[in-house]
Amino acid sequence: MENSRRTFLKIAGISALGLSTKPVYDAFAVSGEHGEKRETAVVPQKGALTAKRWAMVIDTTKFESAKDLEPIIEACHKIHNVPVFENKRHEIKWIWEEEFGHAFPDLENEHINDRIKSLPFLVLCNHCEDAPCVRACPTQATFKQEDGIVAMDFHRCIGCRFCMAACPYGSRSFNFRDPRPFIKETNKKFPTRMRGVVEKCNFCSELLAEGKQPACVEASNGALVFGDLEDPESEVRKLLKSNYTIRRKSALGTGPAIYYIV
Amino acid sequence: MLELALSGSKRYYGWITALLAVIGVGFGFYLWQFSSGLWITGLSRDVSWGFYIANFTFLVGVAAGGVMVVLPYYLHDYKAFGRITILGEFLAIASLVMCLLFVLVDLGQPMRILNVWLYPTLNSVLFWDTLVLNGYLFLNIVIGWNVLEAERNNTHYPLWVKPLIYISIPFAVSIHTVTAWLYCGLPGRGFWLTAILAPRFLSSAFAAGPALLILLCLIIRRVTKFDPGREQIQSLSKIVAYAICLNVFFLLCEVFVVFYSQIPEHMDHMKYLFVGLHGHGILVPWMWTSVALMVIAIILLVNPMTRKNETVLAVACLCVFFGTWIDKGLGMISGGFVPSPLHHVNEYVPTIPEIIITLGVYATGFLVLTALFKMAISVKEEVSA
Repeated sequence: MENSRRTFLKIAGISALGLSTKPVYDAFAVSGEHGEKRETAVVPQKGALTAKRWAMVIDTTKFESAKDLEPIIEACHKIHNVPVFENKRHEIKWIWEEEFGHAFPDLENEHINDRIKSLPFLVLCNHCEDAPCVRACPTQATFKQEDGIVAMDFHRCIGCRFCMAACPYGSRSFNFRDPRPFIKETNKKFPTRMRGVVEKCNFCSELLAEGKQPACVEASNGALVFGDLEDPESEVRKLLKSNYTIRRKSALGTGPAIYYIV
Repeated sequence: MLELALSGSKRYYGWITALLAVIGVGFGFYLWQFSSGLWITGLSRDVSWGFYIANFTFLVGVAAGGVMVVLPYYLHDYKAFGRITILGEFLAIASLVMCLLFVLVDLGQPMRILNVWLYPTLNSVLFWDTLVLNGYLFLNIVIGWNVLEAERNNTHYPLWVKPLIYISIPFAVSIHTVTAWLYCGLPGRGFWLTAILAPRFLSSAFAAGPALLILLCLIIRRVTKFDPGREQIQSLSKIVAYAICLNVFFLLCEVFVVFYSQIPEHMDHMKYLFVGLHGHGILVPWMWTSVALMVIAIILLVNPMTRKNETVLAVACLCVFFGTWIDKGLGMISGGFVPSPLHHVNEYVPTIPEIIITLGVYATGFLVLTALFKMAISVKEEVSA
């Protein structure tokens, strides 16, 4: 705990230094019109990637089997100090694979084509436009950033798990026990968590602040594309324009930011 | 008045000691959970609320049920209930103590509980729930204390208490309504996503609360010199009869909607509970037991012949209490999590440490209840002597 907090403070310190040299960062501004939106969880550095609303397109036609997904999941879980528990009940998952019928239960179809039937789908936090978890959280420990990312404050979370009940995508994990002894190799640049708090995908806010793409995108060989949904010139928008895409449980009105090309 | 709770017979002290022993064991197990995490429970990533939150929900109902003696007495001037209103209010206090303890033992980071008030979040139903629960607890303590003290001194309770009594009536409804809204406003949980959830919670509350009160009245009559009164018990039993009928009616409304519409997201939870889903059905015998108990209770309570026999009435009240407890304490919460939003069936069974901690919380509630009832009854014995 000592160690991880120190590294976290170090990152924050370095970031603050960057901020003082060029103090114009849109992402840092607190929005006046959207009451629930807060500044970013990580202070952006010089050259940080910013957006009005981050989104991701997953091109599932580029995947053939679970083998193709493994390095993506591995990259995310490694960099974010996600522990490995033998007991499935206590599992922590930021990004993982599901069969089509589980990822899209409302679109399941007995006679769906063989490729979709056998293909595993990547699922992660949808960073919903109107996130039920943000609405439910009693302490604003989970909150919507200016750039659309649904972020977590691990130090404020009381572990009531209301957000887990609220999430329609099963995207949230709870630290039923101290995760630290179960982390294979600790990444000192990202904080480890303590028992009793909820966690989930953060769209790699800490990498965006350094001007880097999310870890899963980097590891995907171009199958995952990340960009600004509000920028008509972004690669995400171009892909959405030229491909038919689906979103998970779109009927619920949560407005997921993850789009799937199938 | 507290001194009244400190002196009693050997049997009284024996009961207190037994409760303290259970509390001690429960507290010991809680310290284990506190220091090592909620992994010692049966909770999981898919079923993230279980026994603690289910019992919390049930007891919010018992607390709200206390209003069923307060309302007829203060709003309808039904004088007979004047004898037992204090028991209803004190039962509400004890139930609320248990509710708050259940929320506390369920938290992953209980030391941060004040964050709920340090960062008040108006869009979170949980924030409102803490307000109404604590508010109702506060109201009942103030009202109960003043009314009892006035009775002891043979005076009328102070005038400023009256508005608080009137406020406490809608407050009782609010605690269980807001608690239902915790669940029924969540988009991905088809089992709870029903506008009838709050009415259903209230109907089971107004059955379970007064049923427990009847049982407590019968015990009080046996172990003390104070008789809560035959008329009072009979009036309560009619309230229980109406409420349990409504509760079963609301359940049937749910059953009709989910099975006639056949929408899987709503229907599968009900299937899981009553017939099992994909080979999983650990709660099936429990749920049918619950239905059977509630139906038996209706038969015994609606029929005046059986209702008027206090032994049969006690059996009927036990049926109501355990029937609604299974319905809410076992089915309502894990039923909402199984199947998961991704349609996986991962069942939940509470672990032994979890059950022991739960018993510890119940013992704490019963300790509070015993002390409060002892005070109330000692005052009543004093006054009549």
